[in-house]
Amino acid sequence: MRTTEQPYAEPLPRLSSAEGLLHWVATVDHKQIGLLYLLTSLSFFLVGGFEALLLRAQLAVPGAQLLPPGVYNQLFTMHGVTMIFFVVMPALLGFANYAVPLLIGAQDVAFPRLNALSYWLFLFSGLLLHFSFLAGSAPDTGWFSYAPLTEPPFSPGANVDYWLLGLLVSSVGTIATAINLIVTVLLLRAPGMTIRRLPLFVWMTLVTGFLIIWAMPALTAALAMLLVDRYLGGHFFDPAAGGNVLLWQHLFWAFGHPEVYIMILPAMGIVSEVIPVFARKPIFGYTFVAAATLGIAFLSFMVWAHHMFAVGLGPLVNTVFGAMSMLIAIPTGIKVFNWLATMWGGALRFTTAMLFAVAFVAMFTIGGLSGVTMAVVPIDWQITDTYYIVAHLHYVLFGGSVLALFAGTYYWFPKMTGRLLSERLGHWHFWLTFAGLNLAFFPMHASGLLGMPRRIYTYAAQPGWPELNLTSTVGAGLLGVAVLVFLWNLAWSLRAGPPAGADPWDAWTLEWATSSPPPPHNFTALPPIRSRRPLWDLKHPEQRDPEHEHG
Amino acid sequence: MAEHRPSIDRHLLGMGLFISSEALFFLGLIAAYVLYRGQALAGPGAVPLDIPRTALFTGFLLASSATVQLAARRLRADDRRGCQGWLLATVLCGTVFLAGQATEYARLLHERIAPSHSLAATTFFTLTGFHGLHVLVGLLALLILLGLALAGDVTARRRSGLEAISLYWHFVDGVWVAVFSVVYLWTLL
Repeated sequence: MRTTEQPYAEPLPRLSSAEGLLHWVATVDHKQIGLLYLLTSLSFFLVGGFEALLLRAQLAVPGAQLLPPGVYNQLFTMHGVTMIFFVVMPALLGFANYAVPLLIGAQDVAFPRLNALSYWLFLFSGLLLHFSFLAGSAPDTGWFSYAPLTEPPFSPGANVDYWLLGLLVSSVGTIATAINLIVTVLLLRAPGMTIRRLPLFVWMTLVTGFLIIWAMPALTAALAMLLVDRYLGGHFFDPAAGGNVLLWQHLFWAFGHPEVYIMILPAMGIVSEVIPVFARKPIFGYTFVAAATLGIAFLSFMVWAHHMFAVGLGPLVNTVFGAMSMLIAIPTGIKVFNWLATMWGGALRFTTAMLFAVAFVAMFTIGGLSGVTMAVVPIDWQITDTYYIVAHLHYVLFGGSVLALFAGTYYWFPKMTGRLLSERLGHWHFWLTFAGLNLAFFPMHASGLLGMPRRIYTYAAQPGWPELNLTSTVGAGLLGVAVLVFLWNLAWSLRAGPPAGADPWDAWTLEWATSSPPPPHNFTALPPIRSRRPLWDLKHPEQRDPEHEHG
Repeated sequence: MAEHRPSIDRHLLGMGLFISSEALFFLGLIAAYVLYRGQALAGPGAVPLDIPRTALFTGFLLASSATVQLAARRLRADDRRGCQGWLLATVLCGTVFLAGQATEYARLLHERIAPSHSLAATTFFTLTGFHGLHVLVGLLALLILLGLALAGDVTARRRSGLEAISLYWHFVDGVWVAVFSVVYLWTLL
């Protein structure tokens, strides 16, 4: 038996009419809110990407005069804050918002109005942060804004306040979304959708939800203290009055390291959905992938001081945190091998979504390996605050999270819009991205090892530096072109892409059992859920998946 | 397979998760207070506290935990009038506690002790202030709940809102027990 549903007749409401606009502004539907999250984070992605291009243009040659030092500081700060808090996190939450209720056969999230509130808090906190450009000067103290640089004597302007308040408001919305997603997954699953049958994207979203609600408060507490210091003349981070600036670093990284996994676990979830479908095999070692996710989440709360090896916490503390950090390589490695084993012997279909997912595995592995090198304390002392760190974090955040976001976009765009993205443009987008990211970020390992510090607005022509930097700038330019191709693909496919039908990829999870785009209530009828692949069972009644896992 | 019926109320679960997050927020503030306790390199150190007076107001806050529990119990027994009465008592007890905190702040400010006065004052006002803010939010929620109860929208069958806010109120009281112990009672040791 095959699903023979007609494409859903009612398209998404259009923005051009007043009624359509009201529909979007007043919506509490998880699919529309998910799309709002994705579109807004795409806009912030363009802003943050443009900032990156300016930074790379300034660094293309030694001694360039394009950007004054102060502006350079504002741009690298805004680039980091925007990409982390207003692109990667909300885009992943956008996919979670859109896909999780569909994947578990629910009508909506547990608290639809709270969901809308979360989105609007996210949007307005982003606007608040960016309003700083209009108000005179943007935050310029780096994305982790160490004390005492952020204290009034050193940063008297309002720019740090925009950073502080923007993150404070956004953290409230993020915590609300996390609570919403956890309750949805725990309580709103369709009959038969047991915890051990959850699609892996849902598993990883669930774990990420707990990471958010238990990691964000450390940031919120630190921001609250900074707020008291800046507005009420407090002394939390004022050494002259007995305050301790390291308190900021401990609190920030107690949030900041779990944050890294908040940005990668859902990305791993997307890849764990895409790879099996295009390898035509169920995921290899489902239980191990799920358990490894829990392992990573657990360890992520115990490694924060590896961001502080250079502070001088002492050999014992450094050794313990170094060892804990290396332990994370084990569950992460398990996942990489599971993805490889899923592809092994599969009938691979290299759609654009699959290309991005495969590239995720490769690029994320490079970023993960350089991460292990930094867990070695003496190596960290050598490379801390150099471009080696910049290379590492871009391999995990761009080569990891952003590639997975593109994979998710190509995979779920047909479900969201009823139209397929162009595969021809998609391949252009993929190869330009792949070439651009390696050209931009791989040389940074070398420039970092050659001693080039991060966050400097210009540099002298030390041996090797000019060539490596020029290569990085060319790579960044290629990434810019790739993004233009992507935008063109989105715009073109939205109007003229081939109709997708309910299930264009011959996939197995529940979102493909309803029309594209789905009706407001998501499902008119749910197929029976007796295994991890309810649609496979539906399409192949003679060889259904086993109801219970054996070994 | 039998119809999947969630055994836990979604509002209670959501509130429980929120409380777990809030607890960590207060843990951060309490940790900072403990870290900085007795560390004042410049200016006078400790904030002058009136422990018996604060203990009295603490009694009101603890009593309000009992009254909100009674309100929930009356509602479960379908006694709406009784529920409204106990909700009102909860709001009054909470207001008395906040008034106690407000007058304490007024006395300190009158003695020219503000958050900028010293590191001790910074941590004192931050910790007690954020707790007071949570009491205020809880009071607003209770007032809205009381209004809904008077309008007849809170019934034995629709009581998960009351149960969730009651859980939050117990949490706010629990945090105060920790804050009162660390900030006030510790000075007696």
